[in-house]
This record gives sequence, structure tokens and C-alpha cells, in this order.
Amino acid sequence: MPDITVSVNGAARTGSVEARKTLADFLREDLDLTGTHVGCEHGVCGACTVIVDGRPTRSCLMLAVQAAGSEVTTIEGLAPDGTLGALQQAMWDSHSFQCGFCTPGFVMQATAFLSAHPDADEQQIREALSGNICRCTGYQSIIDGVLLAAERGRQG
Amino acid sequence: MKLPYFEYEAPATVAEAVELLTKHQDEASVLAGGQSLIPLLALRLARPAMVIDINGLDELSGVSVTDGRVAIGAMTRDYAAEESDAVADAVPLLAAALPFIGHEAIRSRGTIGGSLAHADPAAELPAVALALDAEFVVRSQSGDRVIPAGEWFEGYLTTARSADEILVEVRFPAAARGTGVCFQEVARRHGDFAIVGLAASLTVAGSSITDARLAFAGVSDVPVRAADAEQLLVGQAPSADLFAAAATRATADLDPPADLHGSPDYRRKVAAALVRRGLQAAADNADERQ
Repeated sequence: MPDITVSVNGAARTGSVEARKTLADFLREDLDLTGTHVGCEHGVCGACTVIVDGRPTRSCLMLAVQAAGSEVTTIEGLAPDGTLGALQQAMWDSHSFQCGFCTPGFVMQATAFLSAHPDADEQQIREALSGNICRCTGYQSIIDGVLLAAERGRQG
Repeated sequence: MKLPYFEYEAPATVAEAVELLTKHQDEASVLAGGQSLIPLLALRLARPAMVIDINGLDELSGVSVTDGRVAIGAMTRDYAAEESDAVADAVPLLAAALPFIGHEAIRSRGTIGGSLAHADPAAELPAVALALDAEFVVRSQSGDRVIPAGEWFEGYLTTARSADEILVEVRFPAAARGTGVCFQEVARRHGDFAIVGLAASLTVAGSSITDARLAFAGVSDVPVRAADAEQLLVGQAPSADLFAAAATRATADLDPPADLHGSPDYRRKVAAALVRRGLQAAADNADERQ
């Protein structure tokens, strides 16, 4: 099995993986980073979204071997010392989520999007989050949370 | 589901990839961005014995402009093409279609060549390539072959690429001055595959249409060019009546499939509405670009 080294949340992590193992399963099973959730396993639900080399990426549609040498950020990387990041806090304050299954995917997608588009308006945020499915909230509270984070970011 | 077992090779050069394809032929699948192939593996709709991962082939990435043509490397990611000034300036129809592909995270990995080699008839890029008469450059051990878009799409998920060939580049003609474009689709949700999609391009000189291009997604097992309607438009002055006549002509022979998203009749009506709107939007866009 190929040996790979991936930078995950700033730390070099190594593993020996079968080629058919997805990045999502490598994170969860080999690195015990179970914050990344696996929903549909074919790229439809968005729950497994992580950030790879600065871009939001479906970790179920990428092989672990393909991540060798990449920089990966997972939900665990957003609050390394247990303090919520600005986006997480805004989503907490907006009661963005209910059951929590889709949460890591939404938060990673929104993190990547807001860092590239800090001035995004509601329509752009809706479009950016359109690839993530939530079966609880009806989405409005999630949009509210991302909008609040964007607004707080602009106020510094 | 978890992916089934497969042998895996990640060649470092196109020549190595071609050698692997020659050896494994149709037992092998080429893995580009993986946004279609990996779901097919997960759903067991594809069971290749060998996966040839071409993500290491940096020589296949990038956009270059030469002699009025824009050459896009097959491994160019959708988001990179979306951010390319050369694509925005010279191939505005492609630029207009790119934001409709999947979602942002899909465009992070998905590639121009991957979508066109996969050839899903409901996808955006096949309709754009067909409308613009793009050229497909494939490479095998016997050299390069250039295949026009009109011959590329042979059937559902089937192209003119032979099993021992790899798609290396897609060439688009640069848009003439006065060309306006519109890409639009009707889908259940943003980012879903189109129930019907339309790529439309009009070149207007003075008060007369000098070039018209229309291609549908989602109405057949291949993207469909509306050549009769294009002929009807050329030489005429843009008007709502003309666009309505073009919509009738473009949809007269369509025989779209039925599925849970829509009946053939519904798809024909949507297609006609898209032609009317798309031509008007392309004409307005041509005005802005004069």
C-alpha cells in the first residue's frame, strides 16, 4: 500500500493507504479526525467538505493518495485550542444548526468561501452553500449565521 | 458506498499515461478531477480494473491563446478556467457556462477535459464545446489526432476517443468582435444537472446577425446543435419575432427523454423558452460588447 504524508491542520501526518481509500475515510479512520462527516459518499450532500490547498473540496471524491503533499484543513483545525472561530461563533449565535450532521461540511465550505469573498452578499452566500444539504433547519438559520460572520468580519 | 478495489497508477508524464492506456485499453479508466468517476465507482456503475490518475500531469494544465484559438489543457480545473482572463475575454460562452457546473467544491477538483471526456449529455461543457465547434486533441502512441466537436460526442457517456488515447487539450475559437453569449439552464436546484440547458452565441455586425450558435444540454443522449435555427437567424436583424421563430425551428425535431424530472413535452417547452430568452440575452450582450 502506498505511504503518504499529508499536512493536516498544520501537522505532517503519515499513513499507509489502499488506493481506493478516500480522503474522508483516511481522515476519519487513520487519523481519528471524525469531525469530518460522511453522508452520501458520492459527492452530493457536502457533509465531508474540507479545505485542500485553500479550496473547498469533497473529501469523499478525492483519494487519500491524491492528497499526498497537500495542505488539508478539517473542522478540527478551526478551533485547535477549543475556542470557537469567528464563523463558528456567529453560527452558534444564530442557532444555525440542529442535529449537527451537516455542520462540518457547511462550516468548512463557508470558511473557504468567506476567506475568498469577505464582502459576499446573501445571494452569493446562498449560491456558495447550495452544494450542502441540511435536513433539519430549512437553511435560513445557516445563511443568517454566515451573514452575521461576514458582517462582523467587515466591522473588524 | 466505499469504492471497489482497483489497481492504481499515477504516471508522471503523458507518455507514461499513454503507455498504460495502450496496455490496459478499456480495462482502464482515466481519473482526472474525479467528480464523475469517483461517484460512478462508489455506485458500482463503473468497475475498471485499473485507474490511471493523471493529476500529476502538470503539462496538461493551463490556458494559452494562439492564432485566434484558446487552447485549454485537459487537466485545467474548472475553477481555474473560471478565473482565467483569457477564457473570459476570448471564450465568453465557456466563461458563462462554468459557474453552472455543480457547486464551488466540485469546481475545485473538476476539470475541463474530464467533463468533456465523460460526455454527460446533461452537462454544461459538452453543449458549449459543440456550439463553438471546439477541437479535441487526443494522443496515443501513434501520435496526436484532432477531432472536431461535431464528431466527438457519439452517444451517452461515449466519445470518439479510443481506449488507447488520452484527451490532452481542447481548443476553442476566440469569439469575434460583436459576439454576445448566454448560457442558461433549468434545474430543480442550483448546481443540479440541467433538465434542459442552452448555450447561445450571436455575432452581430451593424444590424444583422452574422453568426449564430445554439446547442442544448439534457434533451438527448448527446448534446444537440440546433443547426436549422442557426441558419434561420443568420442575415436577419435581431428581434423578438425572429427569436420566437428560431425557438420553434430549434425545437421542432427534438425528441427529449422522459425521466422523473420532466416529460418530453415539458422539456420541449422549456427548450423553446430557453431559446427565446437565450437569444434575447445574447443579443443584448452583443450590444454591450460592440
